[in-house]
Amino acid sequence: METTPTIRRLSAEPFKPEPDDDLIVCRCEEVTKGELRRAVHEGLYRFPEVRRFTRCAMGLCQGRTCTKLVKGILSRELGCTIEDLQNPHARSPQRPLQMQELGNERF
Amino acid sequence: MITTADVIIIGGGIEGCSTAYYLAKRGITNVIVLEAQEIMLNGGASRNAGGVRQSGRDPRELPLALYGVKNIWPTLGEELGVDVEYNQGGNLRLGKTEEHLKTLTRLANNAAACGVGVGMISGDEARTINPYLSEEVIGASWCPTDGHANPLKTGLGFYKNALAMGVKFITGEKVLELRKVKGRLRKVIAEHGEYEADTIMVCAGAQSKEILSTVGINAPVRPRIDHCLVTEGQPHMFDTMLGTAEADFYGGQTNHGSFVFGGDDDLEGFDIYDLKTKGTSTTAPCVCRGIMKYFPKLAEMNIVRTWAGWIDITPDGVPVLGDCEEVPGLVTAYGFNAHGFGISPAIGYALSELIETGESSTIDISGLHYNRFKAKF
Repeated sequence: METTPTIRRLSAEPFKPEPDDDLIVCRCEEVTKGELRRAVHEGLYRFPEVRRFTRCAMGLCQGRTCTKLVKGILSRELGCTIEDLQNPHARSPQRPLQMQELGNERF
Repeated sequence: MITTADVIIIGGGIEGCSTAYYLAKRGITNVIVLEAQEIMLNGGASRNAGGVRQSGRDPRELPLALYGVKNIWPTLGEELGVDVEYNQGGNLRLGKTEEHLKTLTRLANNAAACGVGVGMISGDEARTINPYLSEEVIGASWCPTDGHANPLKTGLGFYKNALAMGVKFITGEKVLELRKVKGRLRKVIAEHGEYEADTIMVCAGAQSKEILSTVGINAPVRPRIDHCLVTEGQPHMFDTMLGTAEADFYGGQTNHGSFVFGGDDDLEGFDIYDLKTKGTSTTAPCVCRGIMKYFPKLAEMNIVRTWAGWIDITPDGVPVLGDCEEVPGLVTAYGFNAHGFGISPAIGYALSELIETGESSTIDISGLHYNRFKAKF
């Protein structure tokens, strides 16, 4: 993938709260819009960073429900397009799987 | 255009970010961190279960582990303003056979000889500490001052604080070449720009090899894949960090309630030949079988995700830290062999002192110097 260098800077402006900051965006992990906005404001630039820091999209559904919403919020905060934001990597298993079932795989 | 700084750090993983943070704390904020990928903190610390362990370590690494547990970890979350989820719940290393107990006793004696409070306990004593253990466990080593923390939040915490103190981070900037000027390391040639600094630190995991080769250093490091898995969140069950004599698996329960485990299937290094690969189909199931042998109660736990990535290994299993006689101005930190996270704050502390004063006098890192690698005769 072609990369372009990004010089990371903190915004000079203080964090501006919005009236719906307490809105829950990630239902599995109960992460609010305000938490996502604040993470970006504190210098997290990419979806995987915000995800690892706030736990959004890290719960039972692994972001199947909230990814679109999170990307919308992040793109507005970062001033980029939604296409600029990578999706979080999809990993196995496709659906939650019991340890005893996954443990049956031999190949 | 050439960008200059006092210090350039190549590699935005946890070691680079903690060093940047401790440099800034010492007042050295004219620091640039160059990261080849578009995201920060995507190295070994993003693929481990977060052990903060003194037991089972090589004596050369112990000064870092002991210093961290005593002086840094207890207050790190408060200092960074980030909940790093440090939990000093102890470390149990489990055994099921007499052979296992021999291995564990040897490891415990080695650690105790170096001043780590670790001893052997019976299977029943282990079950008092962690009641979910299988009856088949007949003994364990127990280090009550070990623990675990959240590697993702710790690493990003170092990054956020360093950024706030004025350290410059550039992502998506792959380093191609280092260059000396009048015998001293000075220049960094990257894909999109040139940089100069008095001190250049290379902490780029296994990719350090390629970067260091441009100044004639053959870094003894290569990549190896490392696997993890995470379960759905559960009510709190135990605080202990776990390992086994046979290294079937390691891990524990996070504050969030999910269990994070890691392990291998002993085919690592021979089953994958492409650095783009993101894991094998055999390792996670093998780790599951390992866990269930010791924790039958976890068999019905749902796994929500498995993942893998690259770590950097060295011939003797411990990192290469410090300066380098052949290349004045160079500091290296690579080869963490999948146990760099627990010592990463102490490494940042030690290397920032080395960079500022020319010597790591608070923590002895001399056993980890590059000059230990010599041909066998």
